[in-house]
Amino acid sequence: MTGVKDDVPGGRELLRVEGVTKSFPGVRALDGVDLSLRSGEVHVLLGENGAGKSTLIKMLSGAHRPDQGRILAAGGADGSADGLHEVHIRSAQDAERIGIATIYQEFNLVPGLTVAENIFLGRQPRTALGLVDRKTMRARAAELLRRVRLDVSPSTPVAELGIARLQMVEIAKALSLDARVLIMDEPTAVLTSEEVETLFGIVRELRADGVGVIFITHHLEEIGALGDRVTVLRDGRSVAEVPATTDEDELIRLMVGRDISEQYPRVRPDSPGAPLLRVHGLTRHGARGSKGAPARPVFEGVDFEVRAGEVVGLAGLVGAGRTEVARALFGVDRYDAGTVEVDGRELAPGDVRAAMRAGLGLVPEDRKGQGLVLDASLQDNLVLARLDRDTRGGLVDRRGQRREAAAVASQLKVRMSGLGQSARTLSGGNQQKIVIGKWLLTETRLLILDEPTRGIDVGAKVEIYQLINELTAAGCAVLMISSDLPEVLGMSDRVLVMAQGRIAGELPAGQATQDAVMELAVQAPKSATGSRAPAEAPKPTADGPTEAATAAGPAGPALSATPQNPMKTPGQSAMEGSDD
Amino acid sequence: MTELLKTPEETPPSLEAGRGAAFGGWFTRVVLKNGPLGGLIALVVVMAALSKDFLNGQNLLNVGVQASVTAILAFGVTFVIVSAGIDLSVGSVAALSATVVAWAATHEGLPVWCAVLLGLAVGVAAGLVSGALVAYGRLPAFIATLAMLSVGRGLALVVSGGTPIPFPSSVSALGDTLGGWLPVPVLVMIAMGLIAAVILARTYTGRAMFAIGGNEEAARLSGIHVKRRKLVIYALSGLFAAVAGIVLAARLTSAQPQAASGYELDAIAAVVIGGASLSGGSGKASGTLIGALILAVLRNGLNLLSVSAFWQQVATGVVIAVAVLLDTLRRRSAR
Repeated sequence: MTGVKDDVPGGRELLRVEGVTKSFPGVRALDGVDLSLRSGEVHVLLGENGAGKSTLIKMLSGAHRPDQGRILAAGGADGSADGLHEVHIRSAQDAERIGIATIYQEFNLVPGLTVAENIFLGRQPRTALGLVDRKTMRARAAELLRRVRLDVSPSTPVAELGIARLQMVEIAKALSLDARVLIMDEPTAVLTSEEVETLFGIVRELRADGVGVIFITHHLEEIGALGDRVTVLRDGRSVAEVPATTDEDELIRLMVGRDISEQYPRVRPDSPGAPLLRVHGLTRHGARGSKGAPARPVFEGVDFEVRAGEVVGLAGLVGAGRTEVARALFGVDRYDAGTVEVDGRELAPGDVRAAMRAGLGLVPEDRKGQGLVLDASLQDNLVLARLDRDTRGGLVDRRGQRREAAAVASQLKVRMSGLGQSARTLSGGNQQKIVIGKWLLTETRLLILDEPTRGIDVGAKVEIYQLINELTAAGCAVLMISSDLPEVLGMSDRVLVMAQGRIAGELPAGQATQDAVMELAVQAPKSATGSRAPAEAPKPTADGPTEAATAAGPAGPALSATPQNPMKTPGQSAMEGSDD
Repeated sequence: MTELLKTPEETPPSLEAGRGAAFGGWFTRVVLKNGPLGGLIALVVVMAALSKDFLNGQNLLNVGVQASVTAILAFGVTFVIVSAGIDLSVGSVAALSATVVAWAATHEGLPVWCAVLLGLAVGVAAGLVSGALVAYGRLPAFIATLAMLSVGRGLALVVSGGTPIPFPSSVSALGDTLGGWLPVPVLVMIAMGLIAAVILARTYTGRAMFAIGGNEEAARLSGIHVKRRKLVIYALSGLFAAVAGIVLAARLTSAQPQAASGYELDAIAAVVIGGASLSGGSGKASGTLIGALILAVLRNGLNLLSVSAFWQQVATGVVIAVAVLLDTLRRRSAR
């Protein structure tokens, strides 16, 4: 693993970012960021959510332009010229010309087209007649696919590929551009550990070929395994550049830059109240795969409860099924089995209104796509969930709504020019306050927050945490889904960890550490190929082999499994596992 | 290539640009500031300058009558467009409703009020079917209402046997004047406009329209029954279409199965000229009224100027494009 890595990273400098600044309305996203990338190095960009990583890479790929500062790139695409010169990256085409390729978390692939067509989209080789030269295209695609060790035909429609393979197609596409700089935004977030290893292998090969890789990850252990240098971003500033061998505690300290207890002002009543929400055996089968293979359930056998006055964190990797569970219990999506009870009364499935009447509220993860009507006024957004309650004799009481909206906007200290302002023009933090405010205007007793502080500046984050405190002090409960581990650990009274659609374990606040949570988050069946169990397979056998494998690893001292946890004792079921 | 280069010269000089060149800067300024209303005023001023007969009171009432059917249809379409849908069926539904009223009253001898209720119910039913196809059948609104366009027209022909049916005289009063000068269609238009304004601004369904059109998912996650609302929205559009059909038939004193064909496009144009966005989430009854008036003023004025019907079509197209273009510019500069 370490054989490929040099202590002195890479060769000549490919790319340099100098003092780059970028502001958005209400937020200074980048504030004098420096970054340098050499040929043949993997440069990890580390930082909390909202630290400015995305803004920085968007700048390098032409989606944003810096307000101040310079970006310099090495000379001609052939690599002949030596010195760096300033470049202005105004579009994706500019980035491409300079040799920068970016693989975002959301892939830029057209599902209906084939792998080859996607790789060469817009740049298809032509015949003398100007038609697409399919044969050449397929041959060149096949070669690229070999390089990324992807065993699919170039004529496979992209829609048939799973997420790991999609990522490989993206990498092949980047290779086809002869990119000298490859930017990867959390490429491992959605991969299983085996897939991660494959990805690392490819990245190492690219590095050996002299490509400079900017690698964003939240998984600290990946830094040592793959990286050469690390640039740490915090609150829009580049606070340090350190070798990848730096120990994890130091990296976390650099990243967070302050005591977590300050950042997360957790105030809780001594003992939680009566159970508000009880979820039992909640299961939703997965959609069948394209070849009729039974898919992994979206979530399965999910049991937990939330008590009044409590903050329960729901941690886990992206794709573990957290959002899906939240949507199901709020009645947005249906589920196949299990029950959701509020105050001991069962909620009708698939009925948002019923969930709202029972006192539930959902702040969805996609603030702009699901939380807000962006072009509507703040007032209209705030009163959206109580429209029926404000309707009397067929008419909506607009004056009353205005009063309510004004009250909650001032309570939440929304920075706005007036209630008539459109939601689109607010900063992320203030937008989120509007989404939360919507639920304060209904009688919400259990607020589900899905990634409540994603892309929000630190100041607004703390305000949202304080709001959570106020809610729990008033006897409300909060179920908080977050991929921001420090946030989950800092705010939760209990942490539930989901992995592969199940609750993998539960940790009380005192025992919840990053390590303990991650350990639970990465367990459960890792490879889809390994467990071909039908969707309704008995839990223990389907999980047997891999769990035994991980559980045999170093067990976190604080690890305590819930009674529902299908985990087995180490070594017990290695042979039981059905592998048919 | 050479052919392509020639065509622009053959484009007719637009009327405003040609004779009213002096108005150019002023025209743009007024329109940019005030949106559709500015456009209407500017158009009225231009027409008044070009034709002595235009500002005559009787002629202005004619403009109102000409606008009425389009406007009533367009109010209904406004609901649909605000909720990010589209309704292509309103012209056909209008004809169908009018035909049903005439058939029930004249052929079947039903009491007139009964026949009118039946006609309105047919409009609502047509809307409910479109709405169900969109909300529950998940058809694109364009396709569902395109189907209803064909079905409605076909049913109108079936019910009438393909020939006009005389309209009951008591309903035909809707096409007359009050006191010999005030046209009833204008009154109906104003009444329906007020109703539409109240629906949009003050009712649950109206507020839900804006939320659904602005962000359907956010509306759903806020507890709005999006599917049920869509049914109501298309039913309202059908109801307004039925009223428009009855007014049209009253003016013609007979229900004609081929009446109002192509009116759906005028209605959509009126809504969009009035400042609504086809992508949903915005729109006003007053804007729609202005849009319908702009189309009517244009037609009326061009008639007075003895512009040929062929060129009128060209001018109408230009005005639609320019109106929406200016509105887009106005919004962009306001941001």
